[in-house]
Amino acid sequence: MARLFEYQGKQILKETGIKVPRGRVVETPEEAARAVEELGTEAVLKIQVWLKGRAEMGGVRFVKTPEEAERVARELLGMKVKNFVVEKLLVEEKLRIQRELFAGVVIDDYAKKPLVVFSSMGGTGIEEIAREHPEALLTHHVDVLEGFPEYRARGLLSRLGFKGKLLVKLSSTLSRLYQAFRKYDARSAEINPLVVTEEGEVYAADTHIAVDDYAVYRHPELGIEIAREFDRPPTELEKIAYKVEENDYRGTFYFFQMVERPNPEENYIGFHGAGGGGSMMSMDAVLNRGFKIANFTDTSGNPPASKVYRAAKIILSQPGIIGYFASGSGVASQEQFNSARGLVKAFLEDQIEIPAVLRLGGNYEEKAIEILETFSKFIPGKIEGYGRDDSPEFCADRLKELVEKGGRKVHRVKPMTDYTPPEGAYSFKTLTGRVYINHSLCARCEARPCVEACTYGVLKVEEGKPVLAISEEDAAKGKCTECLACELACYLEGERAIHIDLPIPGLKEYREKIIKEG
Amino acid sequence: MAILIDEKTRVLVQGITGREGRARTKLMKGYGTNVVAGVTPGKGGQEVEGVPVFDSVYEAIEKVGQIDASAIFVPAPLVKAAALEAIDAGIKLLLLVPDRVPIHDVLDIAAHAERRGAKFIGPNTLGVLSPGRAVLGMIGGRPETAKQWFRQGDIGVSSRSGGITSAISYYLSRAGFGLSTIVHVGGDAVVGLPHPDVMGLFEQDPQTKMMVMFGEIGTTQEERVAEMMEKGEITKPIVAFIGGKAAKEGTRFSHAGAIVEGGRGSYASKVERLRRAGAYIAEALMDIPRVVAEVRRKHGLD
Repeated sequence: MARLFEYQGKQILKETGIKVPRGRVVETPEEAARAVEELGTEAVLKIQVWLKGRAEMGGVRFVKTPEEAERVARELLGMKVKNFVVEKLLVEEKLRIQRELFAGVVIDDYAKKPLVVFSSMGGTGIEEIAREHPEALLTHHVDVLEGFPEYRARGLLSRLGFKGKLLVKLSSTLSRLYQAFRKYDARSAEINPLVVTEEGEVYAADTHIAVDDYAVYRHPELGIEIAREFDRPPTELEKIAYKVEENDYRGTFYFFQMVERPNPEENYIGFHGAGGGGSMMSMDAVLNRGFKIANFTDTSGNPPASKVYRAAKIILSQPGIIGYFASGSGVASQEQFNSARGLVKAFLEDQIEIPAVLRLGGNYEEKAIEILETFSKFIPGKIEGYGRDDSPEFCADRLKELVEKGGRKVHRVKPMTDYTPPEGAYSFKTLTGRVYINHSLCARCEARPCVEACTYGVLKVEEGKPVLAISEEDAAKGKCTECLACELACYLEGERAIHIDLPIPGLKEYREKIIKEG
Repeated sequence: MAILIDEKTRVLVQGITGREGRARTKLMKGYGTNVVAGVTPGKGGQEVEGVPVFDSVYEAIEKVGQIDASAIFVPAPLVKAAALEAIDAGIKLLLLVPDRVPIHDVLDIAAHAERRGAKFIGPNTLGVLSPGRAVLGMIGGRPETAKQWFRQGDIGVSSRSGGITSAISYYLSRAGFGLSTIVHVGGDAVVGLPHPDVMGLFEQDPQTKMMVMFGEIGTTQEERVAEMMEKGEITKPIVAFIGGKAAKEGTRFSHAGAIVEGGRGSYASKVERLRRAGAYIAEALMDIPRVVAEVRRKHGLD
């Protein structure tokens, strides 16, 4: 769930016709003073972070004058709360509160319907209110094909004892909150507190809206950087990884860091899972053997080799890890040779020295393990491949042994260089990269292992050289699946004339920074 | 018998000309599924693996006759339209394979399905396989592996993780047990046919004598199964394994949709609730065959 900041949520509510306090977002103390001056009233300054309980952290402060606002803003901006550094404040008019209520819409997974919740006793301890004061609580399942019109809200809220103008205002607010929830593909939308002022007006004093990760693409206006739930801002490496996922719809790639700079003394490993359930089971296995995971990664849903390659390169951008562990459910339906090739290309390029245990059980596991075994001799670190009959526990034990036997080497991040194709190289575009073939080397090759390895029929031999058998347009649109088979076959049996360039924007610079830090 | 699908079920594939659609049609046909038609708007008149392709679901039904189930392999943003078309054309069982289907689209599909008396499995599912009879979706990857991995028998398997569905079923088969039907209910927070519904179907199925369930942290599916057991709506023995013991609260791991909110839906709450209701808890995946063997002895199932 991608959480919105309060000020973003309020913008949405305002657009939908729900009253919010006057005010604006500021990033400097001077701006805060100006904002209070513009308001011309007493004001409240609120830190903009994705956390509940901001008042208890000292993140909600009332001020009387612009000067006071400037002073308080200076304290709040740059303040560190949990994992956030405060960068923005919301400055709003102070409301004269008569009464606090709660309104929310969530998704009930059992009913498969939105659930509207309204409490006339506020939102704190809502479960207790439900138990002890059911008369103060309204819950209502909405039929999405009918919607939640104002008249229905009015009928329901009148049962809680609301009357007259207030009833009309509250019904309008609740119905509009449901509209905003639907329009913005929210997983949940809450107004807490929903305030009735001494003047009898209804205001959304605070709001929490979380947008469905899978629908963020429909709402570019929200400017959500990473459509995933975080209890802290995303790390640089996570942002790089997310761009990879965004630019390739084939399969799923998820990358989450537990620590940004793994301490080499602390048994951190790079973790590369496949599939939610299998990844968690595999993670349990390594954690139970005294390892810590630097990151959690999942490539699944039949990803192409190129995506697995990029995932591995990102995992290998973490210094201080002492091993690499890949394991999923063990009986995957996806074609496991893709994962094997992606891993091998990354390991070859980075010449990793730490041991890697790769449990690639499932469809085509024999082929996957064969690929790992064949290429292990070109990689300094020890590489072992396992299949469906080897448990995650056994594989975690293997990694432990290899780490100890190898003298507990610590991973060093390798620099990346932009690929410069040899002059006159033949090349064609693929969905997310480019294939380069150095035809001057091909003249020496008689076996043509690249064409033989290309089971999709993308390559053919013409005048003694491998070239596209399909149109350039088709190759670029995805007919070349970036399976990496040609490059690896040429590496092994040919003249090492093929290079598939799969850019990862930002990673080169990131690695440079890491290396500089030492 | 089995549940949801057998060799007689007449299957449609929506998105049959795409990368996944083609590959999985090959798997389904090769395994013995009765695939009668495919649909890709604009590509009517072609053939995929010997299956005729039509421009619309309506046309497919007009030309080939009744269709019992549709497997949907279109990109996630197009799933809603494909599902609504199938429901509107009167198909009563849908399989929504893609990952990343917006949750509000799922709510819309659910509302239409309810009105028309249709069921849907998924989204984010590998599908359903009744060993020796038919597969709907992509479990097993290829016909050869699917035939080799899963034995026919009397254990029903239901799982919230795709890989674990295959893993449990394979390890049970390897230990000499057989399976009636294996179901991947889907990894998302809202799915059409969650564990309680699948357990209800297994309870009614004469071929199924016991069930194995893989649960995950997040949602209340497993707690609801426990409730059904307490109410006597499920009487067949259940072996359950819950993943995510080590998962940090509040961290969502991948598309598993596994999120813990407060105490509800946590590992401890699920295990405790199921145990109290009389389910047998396996502590690790690899332990499942051993626990199943004990339960079968205890209940005289051999």
